[in-house]
Amino acid sequence: MAQENTLLDVVKLTKVYTSGRVRTTQLVATKDVSFQLHKGEIISLVGESGSGKSTIANIILRLLRPTSGHIYLNGKDIFKIKLHDYYKSVQMVFQNPFGSFNPFYRVERVLNKAVDFVYENSKTRAQKDEIVFSALRKMDINPEEVLGRFPHQLSGGQLQRFLLARVLIIRPEVLLADEPTTMIDASSRAGILNQLINLGKTEGLSVIFITHDIGQAQYVSDKALVLRQGEVVEQGPSKEVFLHPTNKYTKQLLEDVPSLYRKWKWRFA
Amino acid sequence: MSENAIEVENLKGYYKGTFGVVFAINGVSFTIKKGEIVGIAGESGCGKSTLAELITGFPMPLLHYEEGVINVYGNNIYELSKEKLRKEVSCKIIAYVPQYSMESLIPIRRIRDFILEVMRERTGQIIVAEEKEKLLESTYNHFRSLGLNPREVLDKYPHELSGGMKQRVTIAISTLWNPRLLIADEPTSALDVTSQRLLIEMLYNLKEMGKTETIIFISHDIPTLLQICTRCIVMYAGGIVEDGPMNDIIQSPLHPYTKGLVLSIVSFNPDGTLQTSLASIPGKPPDLRNPPTGCKFHPRCSQRLPICSEEYPPFFTSKGSNHPVRCWLYK
Repeated sequence: MAQENTLLDVVKLTKVYTSGRVRTTQLVATKDVSFQLHKGEIISLVGESGSGKSTIANIILRLLRPTSGHIYLNGKDIFKIKLHDYYKSVQMVFQNPFGSFNPFYRVERVLNKAVDFVYENSKTRAQKDEIVFSALRKMDINPEEVLGRFPHQLSGGQLQRFLLARVLIIRPEVLLADEPTTMIDASSRAGILNQLINLGKTEGLSVIFITHDIGQAQYVSDKALVLRQGEVVEQGPSKEVFLHPTNKYTKQLLEDVPSLYRKWKWRFA
Repeated sequence: MSENAIEVENLKGYYKGTFGVVFAINGVSFTIKKGEIVGIAGESGCGKSTLAELITGFPMPLLHYEEGVINVYGNNIYELSKEKLRKEVSCKIIAYVPQYSMESLIPIRRIRDFILEVMRERTGQIIVAEEKEKLLESTYNHFRSLGLNPREVLDKYPHELSGGMKQRVTIAISTLWNPRLLIADEPTSALDVTSQRLLIEMLYNLKEMGKTETIIFISHDIPTLLQICTRCIVMYAGGIVEDGPMNDIIQSPLHPYTKGLVLSIVSFNPDGTLQTSLASIPGKPPDLRNPPTGCKFHPRCSQRLPICSEEYPPFFTSKGSNHPVRCWLYK
């Protein structure tokens, strides 16, 4: 059973996609995935493409219904919570920052809408600006530099930090970050990751960090979950999983990661 | 015969269109010796792929070769006629594998038919049905030596293969004529770690077996470059900022940009001593339509001197390590 301080409890989550004319072709995306997320914790879901990472995220976000299994937020089944209330406690940052903005509107619209969403349209213009400015400053963005601009005028890294500022305004309990750094230049990745850690450590958010990059998972997370073809092959504190893996697949995966600290031994064909 | 595979001298290539003129490659010179595996690193938009395209001699529309000399194995690329370049140089001397090259396989043809079509295009001969097997014989051997099972691969359609397999097949096809120089542009960026390793091992094997002599490997991922390359060229805003042995670049970078780049790498550490301070480089790359004067990096540089904004630095060699760097700090 779930412990006292468990925030999100995922129990035996299974999702089967069906396709074909009579829905006979089946694809098991996730199978019996269980994990718990505590307050202020950063958990990373690691796996290669097709391992079911994004399916889990989409189910937690209620974009998909699971075939079987349950998810509890503070002990309540998430599919029974009102959607409007649910999104006040669970938010997401997607892979492509350019896809998260409407290209026709200036970027600050996203933050103003977020303020309206949280405070139920009760804030005046000046109060809104104050909230927006303080959130942006916390994310190391100079408000004068970004406000009043269109999405295409900003870099991917800036937009992604902008979206993290939006998360800071909404202050959800759980943040899902689905590969937030893949579309961003290598030189500004570190900034995003530091901000994510910051959100977990000082702001007390729980973060589910989805990535295929094991280096980033090791840098960011307290706990790690290794997935393979929809099944959890190993889970535990990230130090244990990445430094002393017990599963054969995890060992092979870690062996294949290009690292700055070692060179591969060449296997000749 | 000189021992240099490539000699590039003051190369300039600009993008020209309704948006104005983008100074994408502005005065690049370097030489690569035969048998080297050279990595080109840098942020996106720094001109890595543009440089590769210019070396092949077939710049895409909007990209224009302006001036400079490119000499690849004794062939002066921009003095040969396009026809000669296509028939004699491309695929036989230079093989270029662009980014997302796996999408270039024809979805309605089997890999086998695709290869025959490439052969017909290369040799100009008409292939009759009886000769097909004979022509494919060498392909079988080539695929087998690279660890790809020809029976499994050749009869399939591209959608039946995984991304890593498709990428390896395109590299195998482009090395069928034993090119002396292979340019691989971000071959690993869309792949899983396991496929990444298989692909890099394949490149290494190609060189070990003598099918290709020199490799240029373009990637923004420095840990991947470290695995295969012996030398690294770091580019920024259309120019080379540092050029040296791979290990030196990582352990003792000289240019402030390279230092920032190395500090911002998030890499898996199997020993467990976690990096404590990762930092991004502040600011963003300049708009190359009107690049900054002097050193292109000076608006983002924390150690800038008065001279940096006035004059573009030449290559200096510092006392400690002997690789060239374009920075006034080492004058």
